[in-house]
Order: sequence, then C-alpha cells, then structure tokens
Amino acid sequence: MSELFFQPLAVLAGQLEAKTISAVELTQAVIARKHAVDARVRAFNSSDEGDALAQAAASDARRASGQARGPLDGIPIGLKDVIAVKDQPLTASSKMLANFVSPYDATVTTKLKAAGAVLYGRLNCDEFAMGSSTENSAFHPTGNPWDVTRVPGGSSGGSAAALAAGEAIATLGSDTGGSIRQPAALCGVVGLKPTYGLVSRYGLIAYASSLDQIGPFARTTEDAALVLGAIAGHDEWDSTSYKAEIPDYRAELSARRGPWKLGIPKEYFGEGLDPEIGAAVEQAITFYKAQGCEVREVSLPHTQYCLDTYYIIATAEASSNLARYDGIRYGHRSKNAKDIVDLYFQSRAEGFGAEVKRRIILGTYVLSSGYYDAYYLRAQKVRTLIRQDFLKAYQEVDALITPTSPIPAFKLGEKSDPLAMYLCDIYTIGVNLAGLPAISVPCGFTKSSLPIGLQLIGQPFQEANLLAIAHTYERAHDWSRKHPNL
Amino acid sequence: MSQPTELNIDRVAKLARLALTPEEKATFSAQLGSVLHHIEQLAKVDVTGVEPSAHAFAVHNVWQEDVARPGLAVDQALRNAPAQRDNMVAVPKVVE
Repeated sequence: MSELFFQPLAVLAGQLEAKTISAVELTQAVIARKHAVDARVRAFNSSDEGDALAQAAASDARRASGQARGPLDGIPIGLKDVIAVKDQPLTASSKMLANFVSPYDATVTTKLKAAGAVLYGRLNCDEFAMGSSTENSAFHPTGNPWDVTRVPGGSSGGSAAALAAGEAIATLGSDTGGSIRQPAALCGVVGLKPTYGLVSRYGLIAYASSLDQIGPFARTTEDAALVLGAIAGHDEWDSTSYKAEIPDYRAELSARRGPWKLGIPKEYFGEGLDPEIGAAVEQAITFYKAQGCEVREVSLPHTQYCLDTYYIIATAEASSNLARYDGIRYGHRSKNAKDIVDLYFQSRAEGFGAEVKRRIILGTYVLSSGYYDAYYLRAQKVRTLIRQDFLKAYQEVDALITPTSPIPAFKLGEKSDPLAMYLCDIYTIGVNLAGLPAISVPCGFTKSSLPIGLQLIGQPFQEANLLAIAHTYERAHDWSRKHPNL
Repeated sequence: MSQPTELNIDRVAKLARLALTPEEKATFSAQLGSVLHHIEQLAKVDVTGVEPSAHAFAVHNVWQEDVARPGLAVDQALRNAPAQRDNMVAVPKVVE
C-alpha cells in the first residue's frame, strides 16, 4: 500500500466512508507532503492550511452526524489559480492580479464546496493560461515531478504537477488549446477536457471564451468521473452553459463495456511525433483491437490548419477579454502614469508578461480594421471546416485515438521561440476548436522514464462513453500506479 | 487572402493600450512576423460558401427573467480597487 497522498480519490472516499481515516488526517497528509516536496516542484502559488483544516474538520463533523455528502466529502482538491474561490487569492499567475482577492466563488467552486471537498491550494500556471510549459508564470516556473529540471507542461502545469507529486488528491485546470491534457500527459496523470458548455465558466478568468473549459486532473478515470460529475451541469450564470442530463459517470464506467469503433486520424501520426510516443500509442491501439474494438484509419483533412486557426481565434478573444485589465477597478495600477490614458498604457505594460503582450498584440492585429476579413473571419470559417472533419469521422467511429503531446516533458528554458512552443499543442487544439470532449490517460514511459499520454477524443457530450473507453485501457495497465520519486 | 502588410507594431500597440519598450517592439515584431508567416497558409483553404463559427455549438440568445437579486456588497465590490474614496473607485483627473 502506498502513501495516503498517492491513493486514488475513489479509494480514499471508501476509507473516509468506512471511517478508517478522517478528512483531517488526509488533509494533514497532503499538507505535509506539500511541505516535503513543493520547494522542488513549486506547483503552488499560495495555500491556506488553516482554512483547509477547518474545511476538513467540518467534513468530519458532517460524517460523524450522518450528513456526509458523497464521495468528494473530505477530499483535498487543488484549483488552478484562474478559478475563483471567495476570500482567496486569484492571480492567474500574473503581476496584474498579484494582490487580487476573489469576492465570489466560481460555479465549480460552489459545486465542489457543496460536495464537501476540501479546497486546498492555488496552483501555478502560465500567465492568464497562455502557454504550454508553465514557464510564463510571473511568479516561478513549476518542475515536473518526474524530473524537476523539466517542465510539467501547461498551461495548467501546477495542477498536473501537484497531483503527480501527491500534493493533492485531485485538481482542476482549464483547457483552451490543450492546457489540461498536455500537462496531464507530461506528468503521468489523467486529464479530462469536457465538451464546451458542459462545465460552467462562471468565475474562470477568461482567456478565449469560445474555447475555454474547466476540467479535472485525477489519478484514474474513475476519479475523473467522480470530479466531473460534481462540477458538470447547467448554470444560468454562464450563457454558453448547456442543458445536459448529467449521468452518474462512475456507474457508467462499468456499465459501458464496448466494443467500440475507434478511429485513428492519420494526420496525427506524422512528422514531429517522438518515436517512443508513437510506439506507445500503437501499443494502446493494439490493445483495443485485442479487446474486440473495430479500429480504422480516418482522415481529418484540415488538421494542418488547426494551429493557425487557433492562434488567430484565441488571441483575438484574449485581446478582447484582457482589455478589462486597465488599472482602474482592480488589478495593477501604475504609479508612473502622467494622465488617465497613460495609466492604461503603463498599467498594462507593467502588469502583463511577454507572452500575454505578444498574444494581445497578435489578437488586436487580426481584429483590426483592414485585417479582420483576411485573418479573423477566415479563421472562423476554417474552424467550421475543422469541426465538420470531426463530425464526419464520428459518422463512422465512436472516438478517436491520438497521442496527447508530440514530445515528452522538455527541459526548463529549452523552448525560447514562441512558435516552437505553440507546436506542443498540435494534437490538442483541434478538440477545442470543435468543442469536443477529450481525455489524456497515461500510456507508458520513455526510456528516460518520462510519462507518455494517450489522447482519446469523444463525441459531443458523450463523456460517459469517453471515460469508459479510457477506463477499459487503464484497468488493463498499471501506469497510474507508478509515482515519481521526489 | 490578400497579402497582409507588415505588422505595424506602433499602431497595434496603441490600439491595445499597451506601452512597449523599443526592445519589446523589436522582439515582438520579429516573433510575430514568423507566426504570421505560418498563418499565411490559411489562404490556401477554400472557404467559399462556408459559414463562420463563433462557437463550436450553435448558441442562440439566452434570456433570463429580469428580477432583482442580491449582488456584491459595496465593500466587496471595491475590495480590489487600487484606490477608492467615498465608496467609489478613485482615478486620476479626467477633465482639465
């Protein structure tokens, strides 16, 4: 039996229910683990131990009086520092919001609190969720728990690293172009990006609103199913929230046995794919075939245009969303401005880091008079074609299998060229443009002991199927039971 | 797609209300130049007759009943204001 902080959520939920452990004991174990390893991992921007232990004590009191609220009651869960928790810091890992304290809860926060979860930790990320390595954090980079000289991926790198390091039992991240799945792959954990609209974005700091989704990081697909079930559902505070029936995702894991029809998009296995990752994914495909799944090659012909389409649409939306940071109502205000207009220019210059500035400039440019049609409108049309590619494939198959990331975790500081960094997302961004659900599950290690992720892409709002397909693979392999030595 | 002109960093930075140092202007111009060069390939896609997507799923106007509900208290709404006075956000003088 490994340490408490490496146990899956579902196992711990059983122990809490059986009262063989208490929520306070579990929370203390997670806090002690954070003290032991976070100087090296640096997954946390801030944490409030007193608050976490008070939540845990309240959970134990509920349980003692027969009022326990379900499997998440008493489970320590960390949140990416772009998700609002009332009276806690909310920084987006930016100097712009370094001193911001959230006056309200995000809807996912409200839901996790209602489920009894112990919210612990504001987790590091790329500034305003813009990046693929968490190196764009204004505060500090995060190390990959498997090799702290390497990146954990991004932008939700702190959420992935904290979980992999045992500093949380589950975490939430946000995914605009791969920001949950890619760090999950690089850190050897499960990461789920839900269908656009399944989980409310209310209280999530906006990056690119037509692409952003909140989702869970977890040790297993079962754990991801439990967290997803707690945070999914319609919310009147998010006008893009979808009125979907939320099934019991955990029950569906074992109820759905397949066999499924699975598609291999040939465009996802081309140039740039690390051979060890390609081989691991091939082995997973072989596994599914052996399970009786029908596997066929499919084509997503507009795949080569995903990256460009994404960087036009995402930066355009970001330039609009980040216009609100003007130094007036909240956030950093420059002390060096000569008048009110200069206050906007200087506050933004001082508050934003380089990648955020780059994306604001690019997004402003593609929306500006004279370039809108050539860039933004054209990208929106190509987005339609990209989505149609997926929907066409889904006439033949239930889900698609691809690598999550073309490369394993790279060294901190290795990628200084923005375009090279953007290429980390080539297998994940199509999913966001098409609004689909997708999951990354561990599928092996490289020869140098770095985790490899398998991406499964599902049909809209078919998370139950997607989780079941991933679960079928997971339970026949022991990747999720391996932990880094820290 | 017509051949896009060189990104005029001064014009765009002004539109974005972002003060850039000369070093940032030079670096971003070069980096975004290579990104824009990459993006040029979108011109190859035939988008004749294709509808643009603003969202992955067709979203129509979502209405809510217009009823008053409790909101943030003034002290909560102002707690992150960089400067405040008399329950208001204070800003530098706007009119001379």
